[in-house]
Amino acid sequence: MQRLAAESVTLGYDERVIAENLSVEIPDNSFTVIVGPNACGKSTLLRALSRMLKPAQGRVLLDGQVIQSMPAKKVARTLGLLPQSSVAPDGITVADLVARGRYPHQGLLRQWSPEDERIVDESMAATGVGELAERYVDELSGGQRQRVWIAMALAQQTPLLLLDEPTTYLDIQHQIDVLDLCAELHETQGRTLVAVLHDLNHAARYATHLIAMRDGEVVAEGAPSDVVTAELVERVFGLKCQVIDDPETGTPLVVPAARKARTAVAS
Amino acid sequence: MDLHKADKSPAAKTDARKGARALRVGGVSVRYDVRAVVLTLLMGLVALAVAVLLVLVGGGDFPMSPGDVFQTLLGNGAMAQEFIVLDVRLPRVLTALLVGAALGLSGAVFQSVSRNPLGSPDMLGFSQGAMVGALLMIVVFRGNTWTIAAGALVGCLITGVLVYLLAWKRGVHGYRLVLVGIAASAMLTAVLQYLLTKANLADATEAMVWLTGSLDGRGWEQVWPMAAACVVLVPLILRHGRSLRMMEMGDDAAFALGVPVERVRVALIVLAVLLMGAATAAAGPIIFVSLSAPQVARRLTRAPGPNLVASALMGSALLIVADWAAQSAFGERQLPVGVVTGVVGGCYLLWLLVTERKAGRL
Repeated sequence: MQRLAAESVTLGYDERVIAENLSVEIPDNSFTVIVGPNACGKSTLLRALSRMLKPAQGRVLLDGQVIQSMPAKKVARTLGLLPQSSVAPDGITVADLVARGRYPHQGLLRQWSPEDERIVDESMAATGVGELAERYVDELSGGQRQRVWIAMALAQQTPLLLLDEPTTYLDIQHQIDVLDLCAELHETQGRTLVAVLHDLNHAARYATHLIAMRDGEVVAEGAPSDVVTAELVERVFGLKCQVIDDPETGTPLVVPAARKARTAVAS
Repeated sequence: MDLHKADKSPAAKTDARKGARALRVGGVSVRYDVRAVVLTLLMGLVALAVAVLLVLVGGGDFPMSPGDVFQTLLGNGAMAQEFIVLDVRLPRVLTALLVGAALGLSGAVFQSVSRNPLGSPDMLGFSQGAMVGALLMIVVFRGNTWTIAAGALVGCLITGVLVYLLAWKRGVHGYRLVLVGIAASAMLTAVLQYLLTKANLADATEAMVWLTGSLDGRGWEQVWPMAAACVVLVPLILRHGRSLRMMEMGDDAAFALGVPVERVRVALIVLAVLLMGAATAAAGPIIFVSLSAPQVARRLTRAPGPNLVASALMGSALLIVADWAAQSAFGERQLPVGVVTGVVGGCYLLWLLVTERKAGRL
């Protein structure tokens, strides 16, 4: 039994069902990446795993307990989430924002212990924003800002960390930067990471466990080298392609077929 | 609660980071911003100083030296002096401080919950709800002071519930709350006008006096209920202050940190509406304090977050200064304080819009 799992959940908003009878286990200590075409339910699944969305049927289990029945702060000490849409309050400094990640560990009396301070400093150092501690968050570039949010999630000190499209809206170098950071956190701190990513090649390169979804169902899961095949990419994304070895890392690299080749097949 | 091991020295330990300092005594630790704390205290002092001045000097024509006032407070004054100090000046000043704090605090809560500086209770129709409630009591039921106050409170509460329910769709979000509130405010204003046309002259005059919002003639019968409301509601609101601060980062981020977002929001809306209703019941609808106090407090302290305590003290300071101006600046004919806050608030709003525009945020 893994620490985080969804057991035959039905997910949806109001009447609109997005996934039915879906079961997923997140392997402990993995860097799990969920991929799939738009509207396949990958973000919805992440929301359910992070108890943002209550399943209409089935249940999400965290350490064997139904996640909705656990006290909110207790969940927040075990499972962190980096949502897609966060707002940095006006005039907040980097250090102050990262410090807010300590909230689930604090009480009415114990609001700022030396331990809180140490962990905030460590989180900023680990994400390379220590230098920016006193800068205002509004002044930072998109890539720096995303690092600050990740630092905040780190300060939460949760063994499980969920990231909803952490690379969206970033330039390519910042995308790689953020993914490198995630890989490093996974390797050096032994945290279980679950991320939703758009780019299949990024997913294949960084994930230790890949979950491919389509139409609210898990089509395939496992190590990227086993899962990412030309056949699967066509089945999940409807795209003809070649899968070759990444010259840098040896992981699968998806190369879409040339336009002519694709139109020839279609006709 | 997991108490942290105490430092050996009982003395407060601070870290040197800019702005933020930590204070730790025993198992208790807090993080604070020096500038914010100093300025918050300053606002409190200004409010207190003007309050003391108003008690000592007063705004009316009654000739009395500060020395006489002291003697009267100690119980050595003449009958007339006792009446002026204990039954006129003191309750008026206390009502101003309490009502100002209540308006500032409920304004801070609503602006934070709606994530919009225009999301203050007088924009969201709660004041108008209170006005309709009070006016119904005056015009239709010929109520006395108490039933008019009750009418205001109930009107405010009903409006609060309706606005929340109409704005609810899988949780309440800022823009919807503001839009529904503005619609409610417009409709209630229409009801208000209708009630005024139905009233006879005497009732309409009484209604108009109530509708401008005034601290004139406020006695202990306004002070005690208001004080009771503050004693119960203010600590309850402040208790949710930290959750509210997390919610400024967005519902998802706050929820991920373990804040039960919708529950906190409902609790805060109910508490702030009650506080607003109590203030309106005590002094009538005093406009713009709940809109401007949190904004001025935020700009002065330069601290992020809802700044609840600073907003409350700023509200007190604003209202008591406005009352001072209303009493003294216009000679014989005293102005109702609602007129002063209206003028000051209007100018402030323009200034806010201009600076926001210059800063490229509008």
